[in-house]
Amino acid sequence: MNAPREQGCLAQFASVPALMAAVRTLRADGYTRLEAYTPFAVEGLAEALGPVRNRIPLLMLLGGLLGGFGTLALQWYAAVIDYPIDVGGRPNASWPAFIPAALEMTILCAALAGVVSMLVGNGLPRLNHPLFNSERFEAASRDGFFVLLRADDPRYEIDRVLHDFERLDPLHVEQVLP
Amino acid sequence: MTTPVLRGKPTLASVTDQVSDIVLNRPTGRVWLLSFALALALTALLGAGISYLLVEGVGIWGLDMPVAWAFAIADYVWWIAIGMAGTFISAALYLARQEWRTSLNRYAEAMTVFAVSVSGLFPILHLGRPWFFYWLAPYPDRMGVWPQWRSSLLWDFFAILAYLIVSILYFYVGLIPDMASLRDRARTRGKQVFYGLLALGWRGEARHWARFETLSLLLAGLAVPLVFSVHSMVALDFSEALLPGWHSTIFPPFFVAGALFSGFAMVLVLGIPLRRCYGLGDFITERHIDNLAKMMLAAGLFVDYSYLSEIFTAFYSGDPYDIAMTMHRFTGAYAWVFWTTIACNVVAIQALWWPRVRRHHGVLFVLGIVVLVGMWFERFMLIVSSLYQDFLPSSWGMFYPTLWDLAFLFGSIGLFFTLFLLFVRWLPLVSMFELRKLVHRHGGAPA
Repeated sequence: MNAPREQGCLAQFASVPALMAAVRTLRADGYTRLEAYTPFAVEGLAEALGPVRNRIPLLMLLGGLLGGFGTLALQWYAAVIDYPIDVGGRPNASWPAFIPAALEMTILCAALAGVVSMLVGNGLPRLNHPLFNSERFEAASRDGFFVLLRADDPRYEIDRVLHDFERLDPLHVEQVLP
Repeated sequence: MTTPVLRGKPTLASVTDQVSDIVLNRPTGRVWLLSFALALALTALLGAGISYLLVEGVGIWGLDMPVAWAFAIADYVWWIAIGMAGTFISAALYLARQEWRTSLNRYAEAMTVFAVSVSGLFPILHLGRPWFFYWLAPYPDRMGVWPQWRSSLLWDFFAILAYLIVSILYFYVGLIPDMASLRDRARTRGKQVFYGLLALGWRGEARHWARFETLSLLLAGLAVPLVFSVHSMVALDFSEALLPGWHSTIFPPFFVAGALFSGFAMVLVLGIPLRRCYGLGDFITERHIDNLAKMMLAAGLFVDYSYLSEIFTAFYSGDPYDIAMTMHRFTGAYAWVFWTTIACNVVAIQALWWPRVRRHHGVLFVLGIVVLVGMWFERFMLIVSSLYQDFLPSSWGMFYPTLWDLAFLFGSIGLFFTLFLLFVRWLPLVSMFELRKLVHRHGGAPA
């Protein structure tokens, strides 16, 4: 059921420096598919793990533009084409009066696009995951720092991985199985 | 940095345990139960009021010509204003890298969500036929009618809608990692499922955190202009009209300042008892309270400046109606409302210049309430003093509130506190992952 990318070998480290050192060493060893779990955002960790695909800014910009220009277009269509009302001879396309609703919809659509792209990018919601089978993994939301070497890594071979982890002085090592 | 942002010797584990224990292990206290019962009773009063209003119409309030806007609009402006400071603390102080905000943003954001939800009820109920409120939304209907895009009522609809949804999103996104902490620490099945569902399966992977941080930063960047725009739209409801006292370009910034002023007051009024009842003294330190008091004073001085500038502009314009309206405020039938506003919002807050006052939490709590009362009276004054005596003396008239007006005001306070008290029991009062980051940054013990 679970692909190899969700299995692997999980090691817990005592601190942020130990975790960073472990990630750098493993990357230098040639591992490419590794993940790190921390109780808060650690600066530079994601970049140390490998390239991060983060399209949130772009998608939010697109969402905002769509919301803003979409609302302007809707207002123009409603007020000029479909339902023109003459109010004291003012132009039907009253652009200054169209700004407030367009501004609010720009912000709303950008925010919605951002939240959706964060969730989709992170593969959430994902209520069940093989990692949750690990007793120790609970600490990842409190004070635990973990590295997962994924089973789909070309270098993955359990004996070698265990050996490579041992050098790094982890608190604990265990296998994550489906 | 004189006083630290966090007191004691916090560690990653201790901050997590301390905050999550309040939700997971602490028994429901008697003070909470009593407050909740009171809040629920007031909410029931609001429910009764709304039911009666749906049957009878807005005539159950003291509304009539010429004063067709009164309590409901004052309540609406008051509540939405209170929400503003929550977003401001959360977003603007985040962008400004003010570390002390970390202990305050969670409950301030909750305050925003609840205050905006409560405020949104009033314009809808005020419509006369509240069940048609969705006619404000632009959708292709069989009547072939579109909303009037040039109307500030419509701008308001969009502003409240956007603000409500964005503040819920902002609040919820910030909760996700904390829901994961609660899920992992909950020991009963029900709580594990409840927090597990809310956590959406958050695991804390480094790349997930990177996207999360990007989103938090961008949402904060969007929320700041949103706060300013939403309250400016509220102000445009007034300044788009031609009445003396309303038709003024100062209104948008003046309303934004008033919003932050009353919002900071509410953050203090909620924070001081929370800190005391839930032992949050390690997180909400003297420094936080002192900073909030200073922010309240600063926002208050902006408001005071606006009062002065309004009065000056009225006389400088030479417009007889503007001058008459201003004189009515000083000496007319509602002069006592004006002078109460001045006493609360101008005179009382000057005490905040003294550091001793800012350190005394009892006094600050009372001052917060005084400011909230003052800001409610200010909205009432702005609305009613411009309406009750306008251009034609033949159409002058007084406004007298009915008991239902009061029921809606106090009932809305009950609804707000019902929601807030549920938040206190069910969700973490302080953002745990941000506390952990703060502990890490200040070199706390790593484990």
